[in-house]
Amino acid sequence: MIAEFGLAALWLAGALAALQLLAGVLALTMRDAEGAAPIAALVRPSAVVQGVLATCSFGILVLLFGETDLSVKLVAENSHSEKPLIFKLAGAWGNHEGSMLMWVTIMSLAGGLIALIERRLPERTLIATLAAQAFVGLGFYAFLLFSSNPFERLDPPAQEGLGLNPLLQDIGLAFHPPTLYFGYVGLSIAFSFAVGALLTRQVTPDFARAMRPWVLGAWIFLTLGITAGSYWAYYELGWGGWWFWDPVENASLMPWLAATALLHSASVLAARDALRAWTIMLGVVAFSMSMIGTFLVRSGILTSVHTFAVDPERGAFILVLLAIYIGGALTLFALRAGTVAEGERFAITSREGALVVNNVALSAILAIVLLGTLYPLLTEAFGVKVSVGPPYFNPVSAIFFIPMLVVLAAGPLLRWRRDSLRRVRIELAMLAAVTLAALAAVAASTAIGLLPLLGMALAIGLALASFMPLKGRSLRRVPLATWGMAVAHFGVAVALFGMACESAFTQERLLAARMGETAAVGPWKIKLEGVEPVAGPNWTALEARLSASYQGGAPVEIAPQSRSFWAPPQQTSEAALLTRWNGQLYAVIGEEGEDGRWQLRLWWKPFVTMIWYGGLLIALGGLLALVGRVSADLRRRHVRARVAVRRGEAQ
Amino acid sequence: MSSLLKAKHQRLVLVLLALAALIGAGLLAMWALRNQASYFYVPSEMAANPPTPGQAVRLGGMVEAGSLKTEPDGVTIRFVVGDGEARVPVRYSGIVPDLFVEGSGVVAEGRMEPDGTFVADNLLAKHDENYVPRELQDMTEAQKRAAVEDTTK
Repeated sequence: MIAEFGLAALWLAGALAALQLLAGVLALTMRDAEGAAPIAALVRPSAVVQGVLATCSFGILVLLFGETDLSVKLVAENSHSEKPLIFKLAGAWGNHEGSMLMWVTIMSLAGGLIALIERRLPERTLIATLAAQAFVGLGFYAFLLFSSNPFERLDPPAQEGLGLNPLLQDIGLAFHPPTLYFGYVGLSIAFSFAVGALLTRQVTPDFARAMRPWVLGAWIFLTLGITAGSYWAYYELGWGGWWFWDPVENASLMPWLAATALLHSASVLAARDALRAWTIMLGVVAFSMSMIGTFLVRSGILTSVHTFAVDPERGAFILVLLAIYIGGALTLFALRAGTVAEGERFAITSREGALVVNNVALSAILAIVLLGTLYPLLTEAFGVKVSVGPPYFNPVSAIFFIPMLVVLAAGPLLRWRRDSLRRVRIELAMLAAVTLAALAAVAASTAIGLLPLLGMALAIGLALASFMPLKGRSLRRVPLATWGMAVAHFGVAVALFGMACESAFTQERLLAARMGETAAVGPWKIKLEGVEPVAGPNWTALEARLSASYQGGAPVEIAPQSRSFWAPPQQTSEAALLTRWNGQLYAVIGEEGEDGRWQLRLWWKPFVTMIWYGGLLIALGGLLALVGRVSADLRRRHVRARVAVRRGEAQ
Repeated sequence: MSSLLKAKHQRLVLVLLALAALIGAGLLAMWALRNQASYFYVPSEMAANPPTPGQAVRLGGMVEAGSLKTEPDGVTIRFVVGDGEARVPVRYSGIVPDLFVEGSGVVAEGRMEPDGTFVADNLLAKHDENYVPRELQDMTEAQKRAAVEDTTK
């Protein structure tokens, strides 16, 4: 019975989205302002109630998974009664239908939140925004209700569930999809704001300020999602790599690149009323990228752990949605962009100018990643199978990434509107000197590839540059958002340093070891002490006991496993990691040979953890900026309210 | 250029700059893709039209039964990938994927050596029933049957 409640709530939420769209469109098109007012008044409450209903529906699905109700098809196909509870609950969104339901839930919650709190925008623009939001939402409701019903019954009920892919039975799964979905949905909201602003021709700094927290929020979640996804691939796949330029990874990177550009151009619009049309365009592009990402990942066009079901109908459905949203938005943009009045002007040598260069470089990298991701799909249409990997992505994106880093270092030192390089020549000279010195020092001490070399030198220069905008200021009076910028830019430097070190200095050792044999990798000596069977709740494993000693120090025990799950039957490799401040030891156990030796694969990866610490710092910078912006907005709102009260009293 | 750009020109300059960068990126990408993409071969294609030694390619097919041998170092394996028409010897050093067994499908990423051995950097095998390397999905039933017949003779 409870599953039917969930389905009913979902239908009602869809109906409210339709009402929200219809009322919004009517209110915007009616000439008679008096008659439009009661219709317009419907929009906000619909958004709020829609959010509540979708949340109920999703809550019910989680509940069904929690109690493993095997009369529900989705639960029977994806869960198992002997799974730990956390994975049962997380399993609710570890499948196609559930994850789509989670998407609309987050989206409608965000719509409800905007309806409740947004007060800066002109009412018409807000109504247009909520109508656009409902339009996007409707597509997903239709998708769920007509081709991916999560509450479908199974008659008779299954005896036992089929289980969840063991690769996905990981604590990371509980957080990874929601994190990315928050990001994607945040971009859909930025898109709705952009459409609303275009429709009502209100591309103003207020629009940028209203949109910015959502973009920032989306960007923080995407950053965290990518960082976590990268770490997951690193320790779970057992290949020792942290980024594979896999299409699924690119699907999350592309929206991030677009969101990063949007974030910076929205800042220019908010602060200086420039880059109006460009910001709108980026809003459209960012959402398009999240739709393309969803399409690539969910349609079954690519095969990966993310592809839950290869169903051509679903792929076609997402493709149609994609075409409607992107095509519609680009048409609207083409029709309306000409009427967006030009913003404030600025010199090339200015903060705005630097941000334009950053935006263009990010867009170029985005184009490169997009082409590289779609190319295999295109050639396959002509019967040629290719795969595109690091030999393409690394050097080609570096061509734009490196100049962008240089501008990233110099840009924040410049003033808004108009500046000269002469004014900041001492700072620039200092940065150049530090970077070149680092370059020379690294090049002289070790022989490493060009890209890691440049990466290390730039990382060191950038680490210094990121805090230079704070120089000479009273640190306690620096706005939180400026701290956010400094921290995020510093995070880029940290991550870049980690990437460069990992690719330059990683040492690998592959061997078949006898019991008691010792192998050396980098500064480590690793001894195989034994191999034993162990058992978990739904798996058994062979576990190697290795004692690892760093530069002859006290040995530490680590235990990589080769796990066998029985529902569904599958094997995974659980790498053992040993983290020091200056890097990670990574050990994987393979098979037993006929002569009783065990295959071991060992890596010493200097400073590899900096990659993810950098990612976290970038997200932290975003969070500081978000808190700073929102609290400043709230203060301003409070002051305005008080001024209004005073005026009322005076009259 | 420290002066503000003229009103009429600023938009134009920005649009041109963006367009130039994007078109440049696009052209660069297409050029690099033609050179860097690694092509997928099945053994019969590889026999008919062998790739340049050293070029990154992917080889997909069935691991022939009885062909899998481990070298004395315990971590290097040799096996033969066939599709019923042609056979390619493969060498790989590393830990093999969990479901890599004789008689099942595999995709090997790597390059041809001048002596006709394919050296794999990475092996992709079936992860589970639902996750098959994409290239193997398209292997026709006839090809699979031929491969199995050929290898079980």
